Amino acid sequence: MPGTRIRRLGVDLERLPGATPVWHAFVVAEPWFAAAQAARAGGWPMVSLWGTDRRAGKSGSLVVSAAFALPEGVVWLDLALGAAAPDYPDLSGLYPAAARMQRATADLLGIRPAGDTDTRRWLDHGAWTELHPLRHDGAVNPTPATQDYPFVRVEGDGVHEIPVGPVHAGTIEPGHFRFSVVGEKVLRLEERLGYVHKGIARRFAELAPLDAHRLAGRVSGDSTVAFAWAYCMALESVAGCTIPARAAALRALMLERERVANHLGDLGALGNDGAFAFGLAQFSRLREDWLRLSMQAFGHRLMMDSVVPGGVARELEADMAERIHRQCDAIEAEVRALRAIYDEHSGLQDRFVTTGTVAPALAAQLGLGGMAGRASGQALDLRCDQPWPPYERLDVRKAGHRNGDVAARVAVRFDEVFESLRLIRALCAHLPAGPARVGVAIPAAAAFGAGRIEGWRGEVFVALELDDSGAIRRCHCHDPSWHNWPVLEHAVIGNIVPDFPLINKSFNLSYAGVDG
Amino acid sequence: MWKIARQIVHAGIRTEAAPDIDETMRVAAERIQRELLDTLGQALAIRHVDAGSCNGCELEIHALDNPYYNVEGLGIRFVASPRHADLLLVTGPVARNMEVALKRTLEAMPEPRLVVAIGDCGCTGGIFGEGYASCGKVANVIPVDVAVPGCPPPPLEILRGILTAVRRGRTEDGAT
Repeated sequence: MPGTRIRRLGVDLERLPGATPVWHAFVVAEPWFAAAQAARAGGWPMVSLWGTDRRAGKSGSLVVSAAFALPEGVVWLDLALGAAAPDYPDLSGLYPAAARMQRATADLLGIRPAGDTDTRRWLDHGAWTELHPLRHDGAVNPTPATQDYPFVRVEGDGVHEIPVGPVHAGTIEPGHFRFSVVGEKVLRLEERLGYVHKGIARRFAELAPLDAHRLAGRVSGDSTVAFAWAYCMALESVAGCTIPARAAALRALMLERERVANHLGDLGALGNDGAFAFGLAQFSRLREDWLRLSMQAFGHRLMMDSVVPGGVARELEADMAERIHRQCDAIEAEVRALRAIYDEHSGLQDRFVTTGTVAPALAAQLGLGGMAGRASGQALDLRCDQPWPPYERLDVRKAGHRNGDVAARVAVRFDEVFESLRLIRALCAHLPAGPARVGVAIPAAAAFGAGRIEGWRGEVFVALELDDSGAIRRCHCHDPSWHNWPVLEHAVIGNIVPDFPLINKSFNLSYAGVDG
Repeated sequence: MWKIARQIVHAGIRTEAAPDIDETMRVAAERIQRELLDTLGQALAIRHVDAGSCNGCELEIHALDNPYYNVEGLGIRFVASPRHADLLLVTGPVARNMEVALKRTLEAMPEPRLVVAIGDCGCTGGIFGEGYASCGKVANVIPVDVAVPGCPPPPLEILRGILTAVRRGRTEDGAT
C-alpha cells in the first residue's frame, strides 16, 4: 500500500484502506473552501456533497462533506458545523453541480451554504411532516413547502410554457420539466426532480451493514451492480477485507454486462426516438438475449443482489464462461451490422447530428461526467484513470468524442459496447481460480470507508460511516446523474421541443438515483 | 435498405407464446369482469406510473415490447394519456411526493378500470418499506386488483399479472 498520509489541496489527508484510494480528513471552514478552490483550479471534478448528523448527546455536530476526484484518488473532506450557525461555504460558484446537492442537503439536514440565493426546496415537496429527516431530533415541519414551485419565468413576446410531468407519456421515471418555448424552439428548460424520494439515506441506518448492499443495489435499478459494488467496496474498506481475485473478476464481468445491457437498450430506444422502430426491435431483441444469459449465469436478469459483501453471491457454472464468451461473439457481429445500418441511415443521422450539443468547454465548466462527458471531450473513465482490481490488468480503452451531440453519445455507446465485449471475453478467458467470496467481519468501532465504480452512466460513489457499535450511521450513495441533469438543461437550448425525448434518452439519466 | 431487410430476415420471428393465467395473483377477486371485457373487446390500453420505483421494474416493462413478448401482438398497448387507458400499471412503493400524481392519474382514467401493482415494492413496500417519504405498497394509496411480486418480476410474470387482471370471459374453455 502507498503511504498512508499525503498533503493535497492544502490539507493533510489520511488514506483509508481499500480497493480504491480514498483520502480522508477533518477540516474547518477556511481550508474546506480553499481545498475546493484548489481542486477547481487543478481541473479536478467534484464527486459529491452530502451531510451527516454526527451529534450524539452533547458531543458531535452536524457535518457537511465534499469529495473531489484527484489523480491520487478521491479526497473526502468533512467539515463540522457550529451548533449556533450551521452553515458552510457555498461551493456552487466553483462547481455548478453542487447547487442541487446543497439544496438536497438543506432539506434533509437543515444545513445550507452561507449566503445562498436559491432557497427553494429540492427533495421536500411539502408531502412530509418531518422538518429534516436525517437529523436525529425528529422535529416536525411547521411550514410544509408550498405545492407551487417558483420556476424561473422567461418573459417576451410569444413565449409560452409547456409543463411536462411528473407523470410522463411513457414508461419513464417521474420528474417535472418546464419548457419555455417560442414556436417549437426551446428557450429554456428547468427541471424539478425529487418525486421518487423514498428516504433511502435514512433507511440505510435501519439496516445491518451486511444486508444493506441490497438497498444500495436499488438506488438506481439500471446500475444495480455498480451501486452494490461501490457499497461493498466501502464496507470491505471499513472491515479491512480484501476480496479474492476471482470475486473481483466476476464483479467486473457483471459490471461490464450491465454496461452492455443498458447500452443495447438505449441504442434501440434512440433509434425509436428517431422514428426508426426497426432499431428498437433489433436492439431490444439483443438485450433480451443478453438478460436471459445473465439470468442463467447469475440467477437474476439484472444481476440484483449478485454482488455481496466479500465477493459474489453465486459461482459460475462450469461451462458458463464459455457460453458468455460465445454470446459476446454473436452479439458483436449483430451490433456491428446494426451500427452500419444506423450510420448509413440518413433520416436517423439527420435527427442525431448537431442535436442536443454540449461543447467540451461547457461540459468542463459544468462538470459533465461519465459516458455523456466522454462524448463531450471529457476523457474521464475510472477504469482507466484509477483502475481498481481487476481493471488494472485489463488495460481498458477509453471511448471518446468531441462533438457532444446525440450522434456523439450514440457513437460512444457503440464503442463502449465493443470494448465491454472485449473485456468480458478477456475476463472469461482468464478467470482466476479460488474462492468467489470471503467472510466480512464488521468492526465494533466507528469507521469510514468509500467505494467508487465506473458504472455504465458514470462514476458511482458510496461514502459509508459506521458508528462505534458497528451499525450504519450514514451511507451516502451518489449517482452520476447529479452532475449531468443540470447539463441537460443546457443541451436542449435552441433545439425543437420534439427533439427533447431524443436528447433526454441520449443522456438517459436516473431519476431514482438522484432522488434517493 | 438492403441491409435493413437482410437484418430483419436474419433475425426472423422471435415472438413466444403468451403465459397462462395465474389465479393466485388475484387480490381482489370480486372485481373484474364481463363489463370490462365487453368494453374492451380484444384490446387493452395500459398507462404506467412509476410511483417510486428504482427503475428496475421499468426495464422489465419495457422488455414486454421486445419481439419475444410482443405484447402489441396480443392487443396490449401502452398509452400516453390515462384518459385512454383501461389498466393502470403501478411500480414502486408510493413515494409521498408521488401520492397526489398517482391518485390524479387514476381519477383521470375512465371506468371501468383496473390497477395492477408491479414488483415487491408495489406489493409490500419492498426494501424501502414505509417511512417519512414512502407510503409503502400501492394498495395503501389506491385500490389494487392484482399485485405481481418479484424484484423486478420478469416480463412473463408482468404479462401474466396483466392477463390475470383482464381475464377473458369468452375463452374457449369456458373460464369466466
